[in-house]
Amino acid sequence: MTLQSATAPVSAGAAMERGFGTRQYLVCLRGILVREGLRFLNQRERFISSLVRPLLWLFVFAAGFRQVLGVSIIPPYKTYVLYEVYITPGLCGMILLFSGMQSSLSMVYDREMGNMRTLLVSPFPRWFLLVSKLLAGVTVSILQVYAFLAIAWFWGVKPPWTGYLMVLPALFLSGMMLCSLGMLLSSMIKQLENFAGIMNFVIFPMYFASPALYPLWRIQESSPLLYKICLANPFTYAVELIRFALYGQVDWGSLMLVVAFTILFLGGAILAYDPSTGLLGRKQDTGGNA
Amino acid sequence: MQHVKANDGVSLPAALDVAGVKHSYGQKQVLSDISFSIAPQRFTVLLGLNGAGKTTLFSLITHLYSTRYGTIRIFGHDVGREPGEALRRLGIVFQARTLDLDLSVYQNLSYHASLHGIGRREALTRITALLDQIDMSDRLYDKARSLSGGQMRRIEIVRALLHRPPLLLLDEATVGLDIQSRAEILATIRKLVVTDGISVFWATHLIDEVEETDHVIILDKGRVLADGRVDDVVRSCGASNIREAFGTLSGVASVPASGERR
Repeated sequence: MTLQSATAPVSAGAAMERGFGTRQYLVCLRGILVREGLRFLNQRERFISSLVRPLLWLFVFAAGFRQVLGVSIIPPYKTYVLYEVYITPGLCGMILLFSGMQSSLSMVYDREMGNMRTLLVSPFPRWFLLVSKLLAGVTVSILQVYAFLAIAWFWGVKPPWTGYLMVLPALFLSGMMLCSLGMLLSSMIKQLENFAGIMNFVIFPMYFASPALYPLWRIQESSPLLYKICLANPFTYAVELIRFALYGQVDWGSLMLVVAFTILFLGGAILAYDPSTGLLGRKQDTGGNA
Repeated sequence: MQHVKANDGVSLPAALDVAGVKHSYGQKQVLSDISFSIAPQRFTVLLGLNGAGKTTLFSLITHLYSTRYGTIRIFGHDVGREPGEALRRLGIVFQARTLDLDLSVYQNLSYHASLHGIGRREALTRITALLDQIDMSDRLYDKARSLSGGQMRRIEIVRALLHRPPLLLLDEATVGLDIQSRAEILATIRKLVVTDGISVFWATHLIDEVEETDHVIILDKGRVLADGRVDDVVRSCGASNIREAFGTLSGVASVPASGERR
């Protein structure tokens, strides 16, 4: 085996150009997006399970509870809607929630297996690398949501065509918020096994304490405490933002809160993954002896 | 900024300059006041038993961890203040395997190229040229999972060279490989210093990987015990070879080739 410079001899380092241009940033972003896409394509079971979960809720849970959980006329709906129609935006949110957490699971896995290191030692700014990774994760989740909406259409859930377009920015923002939260959580988890706790203590409470399954007014009537918890839950606003967007409307309050939570979680994640401020390096990492 | 003489006698900034670096995990101090410099275009060995602090030191050099005490400079660029400039001059082979096993060799390498801002066409040119040289161009589209341990390591070395870094860091690069693969990889890396003028920082616990003409830094329990040419270190210890010198310095009665503490 012989390795000689394939192209030009390496200088002593002084002559290298400084910084990166816009084109190089785009090359880096593209590389991260492509890798996430390839990983997703290589894990077909991940795609199938991401669809099976909300479809089960739609086909089984919603059908079973249709009579019990009737929904009155509440915005953005202009008439009585079937329970399947009501829970569809929440199920879109569920896909984003699970996908956001799944992508942080892959970050914990990557960190344990060492793949994350190859990303973190790139000379591009750390914030740019993390945002690129987030964008890649969100893009994959949005594709899953549209696949789900396509199947739901055949089940009679038919929002207006404009809704399919207007929901895109809502899905993007909600996805960014949930992926940022996942990334922040992943920085705090040292080992993969601890991630099961996240499922129990983050994903399920966030999903159930939200208007994904029942309207907030119903929750308020049955439990004022749970209502307050729902109001403090960022996922509540993601679901409402998606619900209104799917019917061609903007819920400005939810929009502002989703943006605010995204900034908060993303800022926290960038700080947590920054070696000068974050947790990495204070705890012993895997991948070497000492 | 530390300047040192390269092989050709020209004064250049040190390829790697570590000054007063300390690191601890909670209360446990793992590196204590580490200082040394690596000359450009030289092969330098970081020799230490398992647990000496080599991987922690590499994590600080590669900016995975923050340097809270002391400074680390790569060709004059402070890793803490100019991480981008420092990291683009660095090629890294980690101790743990870091290839994505579900992706092909090409996908792994082009991903790395993109992380250094190298476009697809240029990346493919570099990848095929480097793979040709290690006789692995026929594995370009094979899944990384299908490669042997030695082949994976070679691909990781190719990956570390893709962005043409002037300094190459290898953390226990031969661990887990058979004798032939070990020898081939070591010879390849040594040759890079001569043919391409790359500076190499080779961390190992295997004493038989050290040659007399190498620069060696001996690390033990987070401290630098010796720093100099191997023959100088051996002479200053009154020893007859590096194994004996290492035993004397670290207080380990018998040091096996495997580097395990006895």
